[in-house]
Amino acid sequence: MKQIVTISGKGGTGKTILTAAFSAIAKNHVMADCDVDAADLHLLLSPDIKERHLFQSGLMPKLDRERCSECRQCVDHCRFHAIRDDLSLDPLACEGCRFCEYVCPMQAISMEKKNTGEWYLSETRFGPLIHARLGAGEENSGKLVSLVRKEAKETALKQGADWVLIDGSPGIGCPVIASLSDVDYAVVVIEPSLSGLHDAGRVIEVAKHFGVKSLVVINKYDLHQGLTTEIERFCGNRKIPVLGKIPFDKAVVEMMGQAKTIMETGKSEAKTAIIEIWNRLGKMIHSSGIKQSNANA
Amino acid sequence: MIVTIASGKGGTGKTTIAANLALLISNAQLLDCDVEEPNAHFFLKPEIKTSRKVFVRVPVIDESKCTFCGRCQKLCAFHALAVLPSKVLLFPELCHSCGVCSHFCPEHAISEEDREIGFVEIGSRGQLQFIRGLLNVGESMAPPLIREVKSYLNPTRTNIIDAPPGTACSMVESVRGSDYCLLVTEPTPFGLNDLKLATKVITEMKIPAGVVINRCDLGTEDVRKFCEQESIPVLMEIPFRREIAAAYAQGDLLLEKMPEYRPSFKKLWERIENFAAEGAA
Repeated sequence: MKQIVTISGKGGTGKTILTAAFSAIAKNHVMADCDVDAADLHLLLSPDIKERHLFQSGLMPKLDRERCSECRQCVDHCRFHAIRDDLSLDPLACEGCRFCEYVCPMQAISMEKKNTGEWYLSETRFGPLIHARLGAGEENSGKLVSLVRKEAKETALKQGADWVLIDGSPGIGCPVIASLSDVDYAVVVIEPSLSGLHDAGRVIEVAKHFGVKSLVVINKYDLHQGLTTEIERFCGNRKIPVLGKIPFDKAVVEMMGQAKTIMETGKSEAKTAIIEIWNRLGKMIHSSGIKQSNANA
Repeated sequence: MIVTIASGKGGTGKTTIAANLALLISNAQLLDCDVEEPNAHFFLKPEIKTSRKVFVRVPVIDESKCTFCGRCQKLCAFHALAVLPSKVLLFPELCHSCGVCSHFCPEHAISEEDREIGFVEIGSRGQLQFIRGLLNVGESMAPPLIREVKSYLNPTRTNIIDAPPGTACSMVESVRGSDYCLLVTEPTPFGLNDLKLATKVITEMKIPAGVVINRCDLGTEDVRKFCEQESIPVLMEIPFRREIAAAYAQGDLLLEKMPEYRPSFKKLWERIENFAAEGAA
């Protein structure tokens, strides 16, 4: 079984479109949406939720006003300024470190578990999908990503799947790092812009830092031929394989409007390019010894 | 005044809006809080005058004083410390710098030292002040660096904050304390879904918000309908044009490359000022 994560550094370069397209092509696979604070993969896969679980992570203090002597030690010791002047809590500032609870001489503060999200095991027309929703403004997105990853891997092992296809999140922080652990390859989607190249460069460094090999896909390559050439040169210099280039294609947005992947349209330039990319990815992995599912146009 | 440019979905045009607005208005300051992937400098090309490393505090254990009692491990809510029979292991990337371990160590064996997580750059472009943060590769926690960038907020200037995408802690840290939040989206199902999530966060934070619809002709009417239902004003719409995409790609500012957009940015700013004033009233 091979685990492939789609990342990009910069947001909006086409990670989800590509992951969904791979899901439509691949045979015998499990999907995982690890963009837990702005998940979109489900919009193309119309999942039928089979299991729904609470994600509890972190703690939040609760003050018992009856016991409180208003000594304000909690206010003074909190480094996150999470306890306001009137001793109410600013939940968005609180990191759940428990300093307030420990320091309170009246034992007036207790900690409650926070429900910071939900995760789901779903069935889709392309196979099982593990996805999640992080509560608004919550921390611990990395932990939720790790949980989604663990469940996806277990599901894949149970059904003897060949692939786990993972949709990653933008940036280089905790959710991205959590989505990179234990994967075989990172597919980095770059759009031809200075920002796209700069941000992809940083996330490729992060992948390398954690020992993950990157493979590049250039999306909407025809929107700026000059920068596409620059991306190819960048990859060439670093010996990063370019799996292929996808042209700007309005069919992508049209299919999105119908909650379908680009693979489910008739003829489209983007579709043709993605099939080539998938086959190239398969070949690359085949050479490292796994049975691949071949796609035909 | 503080105006933050945010979005749930990435790549909708936050930086384009933030950079052009900052250039348009007088006495402004742009703070790039997307410390994982800052991009505003590509467009504003500021002259950087100072660069400062940013540190967080992490514990150091004086093993000559330590009795390996395990209290620090027990109290740490983030599992950043593991106490073995004759050694204490620290996992610095898990540490939130809360200070619990050093405060409660019965032997006073724990002090704190700086650990570098990134840097802040300060510069300018003519009248415009520019501040950005850059998180080191491999670091997972952006909020402390975002707080550092925001320590440069200047009440005598109009502060434009370019926020990271998403709706998690980094986005919230960037938006906190803003007088107004502009949510940039696109009229696709992804744009709508992520706009709904972002709107929920902003509403909980009680910050007045408006929407900019980018690539407004590529998609459906659903985003406009949602804004109408939720009474969120749509302050500006920008069509998809290959020339705009090309200008963005090479780091050109719309106001310079396509001056015909100046009136619509002016109008956008007037509307932001009016709504922010209403919100404050």
